[in-house]
Amino acid sequence: MSKRVVIDPITRIEGHLRVEVEVDENNVIQKAWSSSTLWRGIEVILKGRTPMDVGLIVQRICGVCTYSHYRCGTEAVENALGVKIPLNAKYLRSLMQTSLNMHDHIVHFYHLHGLDWVDVVSALSADPALAAQVALKYTDNPISAGEGDLRAVQERVKGLVETGKLGPFANAYWGNSTYRFTPEQNLIALSHYLKALEVQRIAAEMLAIFGGKSPHPQSIVVGGVTSVRDMLSPARLQEWKQKHAIVNDFIIRAYKADVVMAAEAFGSEPSVLGGVNVKNFLATDDFILGDGQFMFNQGVIMNGDLAGVSDLNPELIKEDVTHAWYKADGAQHPYDGTTVPDYTGFVERDTVYGKLPTVDGDGKYSWVKSPRYQGEPVEVGPLACLLVSYARGNQVVVDAVNGLLAATGLPIEALFTTLGRTAARMLQTVIVAEEGLKTFDALLTNLQSDESTYTKPEIDSNKEYVGHAMIEAPRGMLSHWIRIKGGKVENYQAVVPTTWNAGPVDGQGNMGPYEASLIGLKLEDPTKPLEVIRIIHSFDPCMACAVHVMDYKGTNLGEFKIDPNGF
Amino acid sequence: MDTHEALYQQGVARMEQLRQLQPRHSESLKDKMLQNGISRRDFMKWSASVTAMLALPLPFSTLVAEAAELANRVPLIWLHMAECTGCSESLIRTDTPNLDSLIFDHVSLEYHETLMAAAGWQAEENLEHALEAYKGNYLLAVEGAVPTANNGAYLTVGCKGHTGLHIVKEAAEGAAAIISVGTCAAFGGVQAAAPNPTGAKGVYEVVNKPVINLGGCPPSEKNIVGTLMYFIMFGKLPALDMFNRPKWAYGARVHDNCERRGRFDAGEFVEEFGDQGAKDGYCLYKVGCKGPYTYNNCPTERFNHHTSWPVLAGHGCMGCSEPNFWDDMADFEKPLGRQLLHGLDATTDTIGAVILGATAVGIGAHAVASVFAKSEEE
Repeated sequence: MSKRVVIDPITRIEGHLRVEVEVDENNVIQKAWSSSTLWRGIEVILKGRTPMDVGLIVQRICGVCTYSHYRCGTEAVENALGVKIPLNAKYLRSLMQTSLNMHDHIVHFYHLHGLDWVDVVSALSADPALAAQVALKYTDNPISAGEGDLRAVQERVKGLVETGKLGPFANAYWGNSTYRFTPEQNLIALSHYLKALEVQRIAAEMLAIFGGKSPHPQSIVVGGVTSVRDMLSPARLQEWKQKHAIVNDFIIRAYKADVVMAAEAFGSEPSVLGGVNVKNFLATDDFILGDGQFMFNQGVIMNGDLAGVSDLNPELIKEDVTHAWYKADGAQHPYDGTTVPDYTGFVERDTVYGKLPTVDGDGKYSWVKSPRYQGEPVEVGPLACLLVSYARGNQVVVDAVNGLLAATGLPIEALFTTLGRTAARMLQTVIVAEEGLKTFDALLTNLQSDESTYTKPEIDSNKEYVGHAMIEAPRGMLSHWIRIKGGKVENYQAVVPTTWNAGPVDGQGNMGPYEASLIGLKLEDPTKPLEVIRIIHSFDPCMACAVHVMDYKGTNLGEFKIDPNGF
Repeated sequence: MDTHEALYQQGVARMEQLRQLQPRHSESLKDKMLQNGISRRDFMKWSASVTAMLALPLPFSTLVAEAAELANRVPLIWLHMAECTGCSESLIRTDTPNLDSLIFDHVSLEYHETLMAAAGWQAEENLEHALEAYKGNYLLAVEGAVPTANNGAYLTVGCKGHTGLHIVKEAAEGAAAIISVGTCAAFGGVQAAAPNPTGAKGVYEVVNKPVINLGGCPPSEKNIVGTLMYFIMFGKLPALDMFNRPKWAYGARVHDNCERRGRFDAGEFVEEFGDQGAKDGYCLYKVGCKGPYTYNNCPTERFNHHTSWPVLAGHGCMGCSEPNFWDDMADFEKPLGRQLLHGLDATTDTIGAVILGATAVGIGAHAVASVFAKSEEE
């Protein structure tokens, strides 16, 4: 007898995500559906506006990877208009991207994903003195994990628990047997959860130095970067470097150490040994190190074949809407994408929580489209980025990956797991932080002979332009596609990391990475599906990014069939 | 009794009211702060800076301190509608040392989808419980616009599939105060820009209660936390402007306190990004700054622990704390010129005209003189 489990809202993510699964009598997941439940229509709104404003508007797709869409949208317009920006502008954009990546991944690991690994209640029974010893196992020089630090954290959280009102920690899945840390390990990680709140603030300040503010920085324009005074100020440059050192220190002494600790504790936990069932991966060149040199490389891996990495071909990207709440005649390339909404609502059925509205898996069930590469579903993200660079023989990445495998004693197959995805995000952060200083040095060198930051764009209203940009956002490969006509935006598409990962089944019946990752997973208690949350969080969902809608004609509001509250 | 004295007395009465509520922690704030390495002296400094930020006289700082100690009794429910989570990101960047830990410890955060540990069915239970248990006493913060087209079906949240519209209306019923955090919740924001395909609206348009609007995309962390503190202190809404924004934060034009204002008065303008004027910090009006039409404290408070703000970074203000700015203020890299906004600010009209060389009416005499002096030099 199969049972339906509904999880909505998936919390500790950006945006609105619903996941439903069907488990058999042994509580093993047989079917899974991933659904985004919000539609905003930003690309509809872009139509007819000046291409110069595109970056600022598309930035509002997301306040978490707040800089990614800003840069990608601006570079799509530059690509269309054929604008070549000065080298200094490229370096400054890359320094901002570095800052964002460090911020984003710290917040993800500790504040969004962390509570899937760390049992806060268990930390209360830890022995702080012992915990301080345990911390030394994972780094010679732990941060915020001395006996006194740990005791203070424990006392603080105890106060909260004793009142019976846990605030943000209330009513979670504490005590689930798939939590594998010892009380001492839980206490170390909890201490880092609090310390990371402070460190992420400093990382955000790094972005604000050249970006004006964070979230939603405001210093890049079509043609370059505006923060020329900050770039020319030795004090400002030093400020960035100083904050970088503080954040980097935390990444090495806490983040890296904690992932190694998790690999040891969860290395035999069945629910983290799966989680990668779509073994196709995509990544693009990004994080400029010097003129024409990149930290990570572009490429495509199919069927997990690391020996067969091929070049990424933008022509082979198409989006399918068979099971998304849109109408279209077949899969479409982003330059020609249309979106006509076709909302069909929910279907009521029995679930483990009683009768509830549920997604219609046979019909349409999500606002996210299903991007496909050469017709195949693909995973993007830090894991994809590292695997592609690893397969390319990128020495920095090869050393980082092999180093982690040696430190944890895990085989290379361990990368193709939920744990591998989480570890890859940490390794990417370590590389970005350490290698980012090369970008900083390249900027200093270039400044000796060149202070330019801007090339004035020319736009001919009698011409039609088409262009796109691809970058490696914190959640993976992001691409924006624009058509300009009469000096205005004619059509706009964003193919976003979370769209690649979270999309529904396509017309061929192929599941996307989220859905596929859940199949075969056994739940301890279907009414408290911690294992599902843990796997989904390892992708770092960003739903506002994932849902994008473009066609002006698609604003027809008369096609809706079911009011979700109208049962 | 003068106004400040009356306000102070109201604050004192409010503290008394808060003291009557059940304490959440048995431990004193003082002990807690000491554990976290915060001395009483640091705490009083923080209180004084919050007092200054709220544009209150210094004696009020004792009230601020007391309010922070009592704040743990005010439950906070934070809802996400049609948004990008930028306002929550702004909140977590709260900048005074260890302020974030004060907030986490002393506001009872009952529901916040980005931060809460619970998920799914259990998360929804938390919300239902808080709405019932703290009826009439909780602070409601809303982030994001409310989609209203097709009965709100563009957004559903929770296992029961309720629309965002339904949830906001229900939560507003029992709220002691409602704060729209950010331009989306306040005025609809980017999704309400033409042609507004989802019928996105500001919260005040869908509930029948007063709402404090914190404009900004996103508002600074100071404007969010400062507003929470004001309510906790006085138990009422702060003085508001015509768009229901707190006057202490939105009472002055960006232009009036701008660090580049001297350059404006001297007639020194950036003509093109990256030019010599840009390197020298000239005024950004000609490359599209909307500071003259925008009300916010960005020039004085800045963002991210006072690190910067857009004008310091060489990009003009885009007017993000104003209603309909996505439509009214575009193109963002061109001056508005002779447009009137909300009929509010006739002088900006003439200022634009002066700068664009049409007429010299309506600008301070010294500025006019400088503009002419400049042209003679050239």
